[in-house]
Amino acid sequence: MSATPINPLVPEPWKVQRVHRDTADTFTMELESAGGKRELPFAAGQFNMLYVYGVGEVPISISGNPTKPSSIVHTTREVGPVTSALRKLKPSDHLGLRGPFGVGWPVVEARGADVVIVAGGIGLAPLRPALYQLLAARNYYGKVVLLYGTRTPADILFRKELQNWHSRFDLEVHVTVDRAMGNWNGNVGVVTTLIPRAPFDPHSTVAMVCGPEVMMRFTVQELEKRGVGLENIYLSMERNMKCAAGFCGHCQFGPAFICRDGPVFRYDHVQPLMAVREV
Amino acid sequence: MPTGDAQQSNSSILDRSQLDLLFGALAERGYHIVGPRVRDGAIVYDDVASSADLPVGWKDEQDGGKYRLVRRNDEAVFGYAVGPHSWKRYLHPPLVRLWQATRKPGGFEVTPEPINPQKTAFIGVRSCEIHAIQIQDKVFLGGPHVDVAYKARRENAFLVALNCGQAGGTCFCVSMKTGPKAQSGFDLALTEVIEKERHYFLLEAGSDAGAEVLSALTLEPAGPEELAAAERVVKNTAAHMGRALDTDGIKDLLYRNYENPRWDQVANRCLTCANCTMVCPTCFCTTVEDVTDLGGEHAERRQKWDSCFTLDFSYIHGGSVRPSARSRYRQWMTHKLGTWIDQFGTSGCVGCGRCITWCPVGIDITEETRAIRESETAPKRSAREDANGD
Ligand SMILES: Cc1cc2nc3c(=O)[nH]c(=O)nc-3n(C[C@H](O)[C@H](O)[C@H](O)COP(=O)(O)OP(=O)(O)OC[C@H]3O[C@@H](n4cnc5c(N)ncnc54)[C@H](O)[C@@H]3O)c2cc1C
Ligand code: SF4
Ligand code: SF4
Ligand code: FES
Repeated sequence: MSATPINPLVPEPWKVQRVHRDTADTFTMELESAGGKRELPFAAGQFNMLYVYGVGEVPISISGNPTKPSSIVHTTREVGPVTSALRKLKPSDHLGLRGPFGVGWPVVEARGADVVIVAGGIGLAPLRPALYQLLAARNYYGKVVLLYGTRTPADILFRKELQNWHSRFDLEVHVTVDRAMGNWNGNVGVVTTLIPRAPFDPHSTVAMVCGPEVMMRFTVQELEKRGVGLENIYLSMERNMKCAAGFCGHCQFGPAFICRDGPVFRYDHVQPLMAVREV
Repeated sequence: MPTGDAQQSNSSILDRSQLDLLFGALAERGYHIVGPRVRDGAIVYDDVASSADLPVGWKDEQDGGKYRLVRRNDEAVFGYAVGPHSWKRYLHPPLVRLWQATRKPGGFEVTPEPINPQKTAFIGVRSCEIHAIQIQDKVFLGGPHVDVAYKARRENAFLVALNCGQAGGTCFCVSMKTGPKAQSGFDLALTEVIEKERHYFLLEAGSDAGAEVLSALTLEPAGPEELAAAERVVKNTAAHMGRALDTDGIKDLLYRNYENPRWDQVANRCLTCANCTMVCPTCFCTTVEDVTDLGGEHAERRQKWDSCFTLDFSYIHGGSVRPSARSRYRQWMTHKLGTWIDQFGTSGCVGCGRCITWCPVGIDITEETRAIRESETAPKRSAREDANGD
């Protein structure tokens, strides 16, 4: 399905088209192939390995629109050497790209059901492509609900888009912050507090969850309390990744290679190991 | 094997004095030859020019954390088991460059490492090692992505197997069903037979390339006596395994025991030195290093062996996923004997015993497995102990 190169370990040069600063530590980058026009078809939830010349390489989810694969979009939070080097890139700078890799969100499988998307922090980035796809085929779904939590109002990603989505009749958007500051008059509290009141039919719902591991654990608990079947809950897992091709062993999570069998997993498939520490 | 079948066998006899004919034939066909030789008190794999370079008359004594070479009382060429090296150092080398990049106006250009492996003949590949190679084939060639460099190295390798005439003190290939006789996956296979008056090899072909070499050597065909003698050699080896491991239901056993207290005990001894993973012929994990020259004109990525015993291995922003030695040993052993089966349809252990021998504190994968198995039946035992007590 994907245009993964013959040698999956060799990056291809891509060019920065635009950079947008989302928050103090997070930025969104649009890329186009440096070797002339080229599309990179991808599925919502897949990721690329991005290489900054001379610095290093990191896995970053694709945050753009799968129905417009000519521009590849990544939203990255700056946390260390490679992500800060990425942040310093300017339009027309080049970076190396390998991908796309992995198995994404069950957007097609969810047809006919309600969809609830639960995102924490940067976790909204890998979920945005799923939202684009749901909205592009909106008639196929029942209710579509986005529950999004960040630390503070200043950490909210994709503000304009959230506002647009908020004003749609066919999409429920609820945002909450851990700590309110300034003139915030929205929800305060962790994202899981939004679940009990969210308008979806638990018996016919597919949930897509991405955020820090603890947030995902509590989210699953709340969804389960509402009666969502564990087989209808999907999570995106994170582990160290070096190759993204199933060769380096770093991303193992029990029997799974997250780069190849994930990053998106059906919860009931990973449930036993989620309960074990340090797997 | 019934001798009736054996009479139709296309095995030949290679006298000890003719062993260099095989080296010659391989060299003539453009193969670089690597094989066992003695270095720094161990038998390692390295370039060998002729049979004189092989560890003639040596054997190894192995046990948990112990390895020692001693003289044999015969002139056996392959009278040892396996040493610290495995063939993965040739097929999946410890350090390889993946690509280089150079700066150019507006960006950089990436040049993949050229793939031009040398034709290489491996001499003395044990049955467990053939299985280990086939396991790495599944890792690098059997998934959705293919490691093209590995593929090329693998296609250019010529395997001369050696059916073991001597089990090492830590060997358990019989338990893992990986030896001591090579059944397939080789080009040629040798069995060394030493009798009072005679020292020879039974030589059989396992591939077209092997058959071609064999026919060029124009050797005497083996008769029923020689075939029977060779059969006795491997039978005797099979009967003298240094270790045993009960593989019955082993995957589920380990899946049930993520929280077994035995992991704490082994963690008290484990130094997380990673020796076991370096010597293991199936361990395949790697990391990458991105480097540049001072001026930044040139950059490259190197792939190096890595180990799940290091703290960095599982690092993600905020810390390591497996900070404790307990979780790292558990990861390694559960992978080898359990999750590997789900990942690749085979165990990740071929029973070569290297991890036991080369562990500085002698941690033994067979003993750890036994302890976990026995802990599940412990209630019965403790009931008995109670009954015996007052
Ligand atoms: C499938 C997947 C998708 C991801 N998608 C995004 C995304 O869309 N946006 C985003 O901001 N972040 C994402 N991450 C996390 C991102 O990869 C890390 O934040 C990044 O690797 C940190 O690298 P660093 O050098 O800046 O920082 P450091 O924390 O100093 O990292 C040093 C090295 O450790 C490794 N490492 C550290 N953290 C991680 C991690 N979380 N995952 C894998 N390797 C790590 C890398 O090899 C890195 O080079 C994703 C991770 C995975 C596994
Ligand atoms: S785990 Fe130990 S015995 Fe098994 S193949 Fe690896 S080194 Fe050999
Ligand atoms: S088991 Fe032994 S060889 Fe392996 S890391 Fe621990 S101490 Fe080192
Ligand atoms: S990242 Fe290397 S095996 Fe998954």
